[in-house]
Amino acid sequence: MDAIILQILNGLDKGSAYALIALGLTLIFGTLGVVNFAHGALFMIGAFCAVTFSKFLTLSHTVIDENKTDFLGNPAKIEVPYIYDLFGQATGDAIIDWAVPLSLIVSIPVMVGIGFIMERGLIKHFYKRPHADQILVTFGLAIVLQEVIKYYYGANPIPTPAPDAFRGSFDFGAMMGFDPNTIIYPYWRLVYFAFAAVIIGAVFAFLQFTTFGMVVRAGMADRETVGLLGINIDKRFTIMFGIAAAVAGLAGVMYAPINSPNYHMGMDFLVLSFVVVVVGGMGSLPGAVLAGFLLGILESFASMAVVLELIPGINQVIIYLVAIIILLTRPRGLMGRKGVMEE
Amino acid sequence: MLGLNKKDFGLLIIVAILTMAAPFILNPFPEGSAMAQFNAGYPDLMQRLVIFGIFAIGFNILFGLTGYLSFGHAAFLGVGSYAAIWMMKLLTMNVIPAIVVSIVIAGLFALLVGWISLRRSGIYFSILTLAFAQMSYALAYSVLTPITGGETGLQPKYTDPRILDGALEAGQSPRANLFGLDMRASSELVMGNWVFTFNAGYYIAAIVMLIAFYMSIRIFRSPFGMMLRAVKSNQQRMNYTGLNSKPYTLAAFVISGMYAGLAGGLLVAMDTQVGAERMFWTASGEVVLMTILGGAGTLIGPVLGAGLIKYMENIVSKINKGVLEQWFAFMPDGIEDLLVTMIYPFVGKGWHLTLGIIFMLVVIFLPGGLVEGGQRIGRLFGRKKPSDSSPDGSKTPAE
Amino acid sequence: MAILEVKNVGKRFGGLQALGDVNLSVAENSVHAIIGPNGAGKSTLLNCLVGKLIPDTGSVMFDGQSVLGRKPYEINQMGISRVFQTPEIFGDLTVLENMLIPCFAKRDGAFRMHAIEGIDNEKDILGKAEHMLEEMKLIDKREMNAASMSRGDKRRLEIAMCLAQDPRLLLLDEPTAGMARADTNNTIDLLKQIKEERDITIAIIEHDMHVVFSLAERITVLAQGTPLVEDTPDNIKGHPKVREAYLGETQDAA
Repeated sequence: MDAIILQILNGLDKGSAYALIALGLTLIFGTLGVVNFAHGALFMIGAFCAVTFSKFLTLSHTVIDENKTDFLGNPAKIEVPYIYDLFGQATGDAIIDWAVPLSLIVSIPVMVGIGFIMERGLIKHFYKRPHADQILVTFGLAIVLQEVIKYYYGANPIPTPAPDAFRGSFDFGAMMGFDPNTIIYPYWRLVYFAFAAVIIGAVFAFLQFTTFGMVVRAGMADRETVGLLGINIDKRFTIMFGIAAAVAGLAGVMYAPINSPNYHMGMDFLVLSFVVVVVGGMGSLPGAVLAGFLLGILESFASMAVVLELIPGINQVIIYLVAIIILLTRPRGLMGRKGVMEE
Repeated sequence: MLGLNKKDFGLLIIVAILTMAAPFILNPFPEGSAMAQFNAGYPDLMQRLVIFGIFAIGFNILFGLTGYLSFGHAAFLGVGSYAAIWMMKLLTMNVIPAIVVSIVIAGLFALLVGWISLRRSGIYFSILTLAFAQMSYALAYSVLTPITGGETGLQPKYTDPRILDGALEAGQSPRANLFGLDMRASSELVMGNWVFTFNAGYYIAAIVMLIAFYMSIRIFRSPFGMMLRAVKSNQQRMNYTGLNSKPYTLAAFVISGMYAGLAGGLLVAMDTQVGAERMFWTASGEVVLMTILGGAGTLIGPVLGAGLIKYMENIVSKINKGVLEQWFAFMPDGIEDLLVTMIYPFVGKGWHLTLGIIFMLVVIFLPGGLVEGGQRIGRLFGRKKPSDSSPDGSKTPAE
Repeated sequence: MAILEVKNVGKRFGGLQALGDVNLSVAENSVHAIIGPNGAGKSTLLNCLVGKLIPDTGSVMFDGQSVLGRKPYEINQMGISRVFQTPEIFGDLTVLENMLIPCFAKRDGAFRMHAIEGIDNEKDILGKAEHMLEEMKLIDKREMNAASMSRGDKRRLEIAMCLAQDPRLLLLDEPTAGMARADTNNTIDLLKQIKEERDITIAIIEHDMHVVFSLAERITVLAQGTPLVEDTPDNIKGHPKVREAYLGETQDAA
């Protein structure tokens, strides 16, 4: 029992990331009808927003401290972050410690802006082109974006720790009344899951309860009719692209402490997220979320020693295997709508 | 000639001359000159140019003709490579069995993958092929290590059984050969400051490439090729014209898988090693880039695209800061620094950035690839009669 | 003798009974029109005949053989060709190639791996295709991209492609929909000419009463998924049930 709970918990954080990326992919696909291969790059850029923000906070200037000497006996030069000058040392340290959550605030406008630029500058011109062209041009864009990041940040992963308060693990098993020390779970992963749940809930609420969301949902169902009503659907779709970019970006920001960001993390997640979208059903938002968590949890179950003993290597292929089976038995995915991407 | 019409035969001859004379053409700059790093006439690179040409020619038969975008073709290349290396380990270092078996095994694997993936079309097909390729990659890295060598990959060793060859002494490294002709055998021709290298492996690969290219022309011009274009154009009409589109697409898929296997076998024949990274999805993406960059659906496009990308990978990635400084040394310091700073991100380690940008520009402005670009330039200058529209748009070799 | 025999065919989509209990028999070498108001089930019926849909009940016999459960390409190979409402042709291919494909399909069947021999060497097929294009007055457009032709030419090409297979039954789905009067009349003349020159059965679904009464020898009126009446054009014209079903639609058309 506790082993099962542990695996479910382990699957949750990866599943959350899949679900968030797949949600954005589906929003873009459902509203704009575009297959966006650069969506993983948005996730990656989000993670690098966190990196940049932490670096920015620790920007320092050198002061000479007369009280200390270095090993040559000269007065020591020490680096003092500018932020100390502004807020004092204690507050400054706290701010630096909380860099990752704080960078959420910065990354929202940044990601929405990037989304706008992408949609207006590039994607817009591909609405009428075949899906293959959309895949190809966004694939090219993804390469460009990740190479730009690589140029400025290097090829190595950059550790970006979570705030001290969430750095440790806790004994989830003991809390739930099981034997202690059987289910040890890092705090941050739980934070990530909660965060993902909030974002997903917010997106759904936004679509469900606002006029804007209603129009967008109608547009997803039947673009032409909504266009006929005289509603400027294009503008709303641009905003939708910005939101999808922000969702991917925020997912990336919060993922930075779990996996040190590197320039190709976006592509790694993208390939799996596409599989997730297809399994969930192209164009279905609940499907994307459901499939994201489902596949994340399945993956972690497949990594259990018992399972691996039974079917070696299953953890490496489980997601793809499930995708193949689902696509062959349920062509539209788990919750796909009729007539989406069918020739 | 050879069952080709005049124009196609001319194209074949041009490609043949270019590949045969490649050691000269790709080495235009004298040794030791500032431009010498643009020389591409060394065996390793030339081999890659023609082998990836084969890969792209095959991919084009599927994507260019039927429009089915596979994102998993590297799997067939990898499977072909593994099959070839096992032939070398078990049978003989002669490359013939290795290459033949690599084609057969890759073809069988493509039959399985295609049979399943072709139940869906559009993006679903792309994702299915991607899933199969990623599965193959993951398995090759983990569980299948006894067959694939896992992370270290495989190489022929002197301890291998190799039942058709004589036993090797300890420490002797087995060499790939064609009936005794060592693949690595090269002869050099020195003419003044120029050094030209003629490599046995390259010429064998080039001849295979020419045969592969010739076969693809025949397929393009055959009723079968026309049916494949009909699949791309209108499957509904095809089905209501009494044609079963599925075996046509499956046949195209298997043929392109066999081309990929051939390329994989040849890679092994040249450098006698293989690793799972050959099957990673970026490798599948690369062949897509090659085909689109050159011009999908055209005869010569994939060869051009493969050549250009492999050339850039090897040459552009070698340009470093020092080289740039040397080039712009004649300029005033300020401008020199500026130019170096501006260009540096795009060369050396940044060549992927250049590749990505070029690729985007091609997809946006030149969906027909370099071939279309060549045609447009030709029209601009030529003002000749509009070429008699051959159906696949392979009007000019765009050389 | 009936070449096409539809018996008790029913088809339901969820809660909607698209076809009730359709019985229809098309005599060999006749021109049979199926008319009816929008939503009468004409297209559903047609799709059941060509294998796009499988009816829930009943049987469809073509020349004594059941077509049910067969794929569209199999039914086509049995001798049923279909002309679509909007011309379905191979837009990316040349007009000549469009013509070659049905010729190959007729000779080689549903699939043949003829990947080596060039098309240029298939003299018989080329001759047949060019002959058909000449007959349809499309020969000077042979090297044109089919997509760039006018709608009328596309329709001619599509009909020519169907005829190249020497079908026994030609199904036309509103062949003049969206056409100008002149094009409509051309199409009527073309179909009349085809009927005169060939041993062929034509079944036509049509909205335009002008077309129906110019061509048809027998007419079946379909309403709400069931055949209302079947009779000769003259008798149909004055039939009260038909007027009722069309709510006066026939008056301005006839």
